[in-house]
Amino acid sequence: MHLGVSESMREREYSQISTRSSTPMESPHQKRVLRKKWQAFPGQNKFYCDGRIMMARQTGVFYLTLVLILVTSGLFFAFDCPFLASALSPAIPAVGGVLFVFVMGTLLRTSFSDPGVLPRATPDEAADLERQIDVANGSSSGGFRPPPRTKEVLINGQTVKLKYCFTCKIFRPPRASHCSLCDNCVERFDHHCPWVGNCVGRRNYRFFYMFILSLSFLTIFIFAFVITHVILRSQSSGFLTALKDSPASVLEVVVCFFSVWSIVGLSGFHTYLISSNQTTNEDIKGSWSSKRGKDNYNPYSYGNIFTNCCAALCSPLPPSLIDRRGFIQPDTPQPAPPTNGITMYGATQSQSHMAAATPLLQSEPVMMSDEPSLPGRTSLGAACASLPLGQPTPPTSTPSLSCDADLLPLQGNHVEGQHHFLTPEEAPSPPGMLHCGSPMGQGHPHGHAPGHGVPFYSPASQDSLHEDSVRGLVKLSSV
Amino acid sequence: MATEFHNLQELRHSASLATKVFIQRDYTEGTVCKFQTKFPAELDSRIERSLFEDTVKTLNNYYAEAEKIGGQSYLEGCLACATAYVIFLCMETRYEKVLKKISKYIQEQNEKIYAPRGLLITDPIERGMRVIEISVFEDRGSSGSSSGSSSTSSSSGR
Repeated sequence: MHLGVSESMREREYSQISTRSSTPMESPHQKRVLRKKWQAFPGQNKFYCDGRIMMARQTGVFYLTLVLILVTSGLFFAFDCPFLASALSPAIPAVGGVLFVFVMGTLLRTSFSDPGVLPRATPDEAADLERQIDVANGSSSGGFRPPPRTKEVLINGQTVKLKYCFTCKIFRPPRASHCSLCDNCVERFDHHCPWVGNCVGRRNYRFFYMFILSLSFLTIFIFAFVITHVILRSQSSGFLTALKDSPASVLEVVVCFFSVWSIVGLSGFHTYLISSNQTTNEDIKGSWSSKRGKDNYNPYSYGNIFTNCCAALCSPLPPSLIDRRGFIQPDTPQPAPPTNGITMYGATQSQSHMAAATPLLQSEPVMMSDEPSLPGRTSLGAACASLPLGQPTPPTSTPSLSCDADLLPLQGNHVEGQHHFLTPEEAPSPPGMLHCGSPMGQGHPHGHAPGHGVPFYSPASQDSLHEDSVRGLVKLSSV
Repeated sequence: MATEFHNLQELRHSASLATKVFIQRDYTEGTVCKFQTKFPAELDSRIERSLFEDTVKTLNNYYAEAEKIGGQSYLEGCLACATAYVIFLCMETRYEKVLKKISKYIQEQNEKIYAPRGLLITDPIERGMRVIEISVFEDRGSSGSSSGSSSTSSSSGR
């Protein structure tokens, strides 16, 4: 029965929380092998090392990041450091080494950890919420446009709207947002960064910040010392000879020169965000800007910069809410794609095949798992800080970004807002700070359903054309 | 005290799940983990209001302790940063320690208070910290002593 199993599962879960290394399960009594939860995870993430590593679906750009950092640093240590160590001081390669290790450590930590994904609601929870919403809305929706599902909360005197996520079937906590690339709700969602191949959220924001900060230092460090190296050499043998003697330096200078601007800029931007306790998402949307109203202020800010910084960087690290490496108990209800009877509205679709075949949805190509990504899926804002090479667009090796590539400008933050159809964030005005501005998904009203929920409004007719127009209406009447 | 549901195992065997009550999060203080202390109507006949509120308040206090930003969390954060976060592989964070305390507390509450009344609290961590799920059981077995011994006055007709 549910209980006894969940108790023992609880114990296993807690032993999993306390130690990173897993204790191997005693062999299950069932004939078939129990699968681990990461294998049935409803989002679009990829898992490695038996669930220990969690990344976004498209990781091509992450490998580019790795290559750029490794190659540039490698060239620095191989070609410039010997000269600098003897000519100036051996501390230079030592400091460089420490910086490099720190950069790699924080990068891997950012990329591989769970950003703070909220697990989807269990069927019971979803049903309970539905009931509450129906009660709150009175009689049935009456019309093709059901009332928007929001809840208002007063936080520190500021009214905040909590939106209902049709995919995850929960009311999103404040500051959470649904990443359409990863198809998850993420707590304290900052943005989806293709350069680290993961979302940046509550659990890995500090690693991300440390990464860009240390990368700024590393870039400036390499840039400065490569220039020093060339200057010192050219004092003895002339400029062109110096360049010929160490050709790697030219490459390093070029890479560092282009990356310094964007990475240092990004570090500065995030320092500002941390000190005012905002997320990239909120800043881009101007949620707490005074332009929205006289009384608009950030309810999460502690008032002074120091406390805000400490809260962002030194607050206790919450554990992962998704139990990746636990075993799926056969009789435990999994929260994944919704069954038919539970909801009236959202027959959402995620990776697995559509359980509840609703005639409406059948007309749509909803199988996310087949496509690498959605071509039309754009992102709020722009690409995350460009890396050393400063390419105008991310490489087209990653199909998901290839379409975005046309829209992504040189630099900026790749912000992932919400899923496009239902409760789109208001189209953000590009931040003045960074070059931003890929248009919102509203520019792409197409029949592709992202992996997340497509609402099924039962009052609506079963005409897919009509449904498209309904969705269009819903999109425009954004909450 | 009802001996029917003396322990959770017996609860499992002899009772059937009637309904589940979900205690939602209270966001009025921001994003800290806090649950609403509003007493749900479905539990009206099953448990005393004060016991329920005590449980939720204690849980809220535990979570506040886990998420407290103070001297110890600074120390932990700085130490972790200095070791390039490698230390998280060896050490259990404070949050995890408190979560263990919470699970013990919930277990204890279940055994002492809730199971005898035919209720069962699920640890919020298993529900993504979104809700406290309280399962309400109907007594399928003999109804000699009804499940909520101390609440038999308002008998939920078995």
